[in-house]
Amino acid sequence: MTSSIAKPASESDLNCGCGHDHLAPSPSGEPLIHAENLTIKFGGKTAIHDVSLTVHKNEIVTLIGPNGAGKSTLLRALLKAIKPTDGEIWRKHGLVIGYVPQKLNIDPIMPMTVERFLSIPDKRPLSEREAALKDVGAHHTLKQAVQSLSGGEFQRVLLARAILRKPDLLVLDEPVQGVDFQGQTELYKLISRLKEQSGFGILMVSHDLHIVMAETDRVVCINGHVCCSGAPTQVSDSPEYLALFGGQTKPGLAVYHHLHDHSHECNHDHSSTMSDEA
Amino acid sequence: MILEDFFLRALVAGIGVALISGPLGCFVVWRRMAYFGDTLAHSALLGVALGLLLGFNLTVGIIGTAIVIALTVTLFQHQKRIASDTLLGIMAHSSLAISLVVLGLLQGYRVDLLSYLFGDVLAVNYEDIYWIYGGGVVALSLLAYIWKDLLALTLHEELARAEGINVTLIQTLFMITVAIVIAIAMKVVGVLLITSLLIIPAAAARRFAKTPEQMAVIASLIGSLSIIIGLFGSLEWDTPSGPSIVVAEVILFLSSLIFGGLILSQTSKARGK
Repeated sequence: MTSSIAKPASESDLNCGCGHDHLAPSPSGEPLIHAENLTIKFGGKTAIHDVSLTVHKNEIVTLIGPNGAGKSTLLRALLKAIKPTDGEIWRKHGLVIGYVPQKLNIDPIMPMTVERFLSIPDKRPLSEREAALKDVGAHHTLKQAVQSLSGGEFQRVLLARAILRKPDLLVLDEPVQGVDFQGQTELYKLISRLKEQSGFGILMVSHDLHIVMAETDRVVCINGHVCCSGAPTQVSDSPEYLALFGGQTKPGLAVYHHLHDHSHECNHDHSSTMSDEA
Repeated sequence: MILEDFFLRALVAGIGVALISGPLGCFVVWRRMAYFGDTLAHSALLGVALGLLLGFNLTVGIIGTAIVIALTVTLFQHQKRIASDTLLGIMAHSSLAISLVVLGLLQGYRVDLLSYLFGDVLAVNYEDIYWIYGGGVVALSLLAYIWKDLLALTLHEELARAEGINVTLIQTLFMITVAIVIAIAMKVVGVLLITSLLIIPAAAARRFAKTPEQMAVIASLIGSLSIIIGLFGSLEWDTPSGPSIVVAEVILFLSSLIFGGLILSQTSKARGK
């Protein structure tokens, strides 16, 4: 739905309600999608409350949060799969979205080669399909059945299919799930390189506490509401983040760079939320 | 052997139904809708009963009833109180029972119930053939029109929605296609065996196909072959035509397991080298 709300200002920084500025890097591109004060309830339970979020061209926004924090709910609302109870979603006119869902199981009863899969839903010239596969480093899978691919290969194929749509916005739901640690790092590098090449905006979901990629421009930490947001370094230092994830972070695995120390006080509580991630 | 007119008509009608039920049956299999197809088929008899009761064209009655039942089931599937297979079972058997009661109440009609339940393809007339090919062309065109979107939402509904496909519209058009095909297939194998015409050729085609489109075409061919084998078998051994066609399908399906297995193991050996 196109809503009546105004086009967001391009350096819209997120406000977590803490009453001070988180100094997110100001994004250079035009805004692609903007959610304002979204609230989503399922049968009386609040999944997300008063969440605002903007993704611009040429930036990577990563949503993190514990399981059941409402990340998938927020994503599904942005993708128009569910209607928000309250709040507005603005999309750039004619926004093309490329989507990599969290899980896509293709039943063995459906014959499907990678070559054919890349033309879903719309037919793409073979040369383009081959180029996209090369781009994601999965050219050898072209003739294979999708059911025979490894987790990492299939994620690359899903990425190739999404970029073939020439999207303005790439939406990735847990893109490294089921991929080994080495593969995860490679996939994140790949995603970042694709963004540099094409300049699309990327909205990514992760519950991954350790490898929120270094290439992320902004991290938005969600636990029913926006706890905090900003550059990865800032978020990882914030007390809200540490309260949520502190105990679980294994030193040495995080790729955050803790370049400076600062702290902030938030006077809201973080216990009021619940979950209904479908 | 000189073929009688009635036998040629049966072949033409049967192959017409097989051609459309191939690709449609693939979607029934991919979307795990075998029981749903069964429910619609049972409800087709309700269409016959209503058609006789109210005096409109039976094929129109069947298509109309099937569409209404399809939309009702779709609507009720969003509630969570009754599991969807229970719901389908209730719909299937209540519509079957109600239609039998209505047919029993209709005094003065000599309804050949067996031909509705198991089909009577050897009795099809030219009007039936027009319905089969007319309906078949409409159903096939509809299916071709929604093919790519239906395929996308069969793979992942949310993905299809996210990328701008009108999921509700496509699903509704698909239901209408299924309803049309059931109405025309009923003339060939009857309500109790329609689902077999949809799912067995599709299942048999799986082993020989690499893409969804190949599977659809191969399913049509296997379906047509079953019609030919079944009808000649029924002529030869004087067996009922509808069940003979289904037996032919089953034989082809079992052969596909054996030969398909051989082909697959050879290609995988070739790949291994």
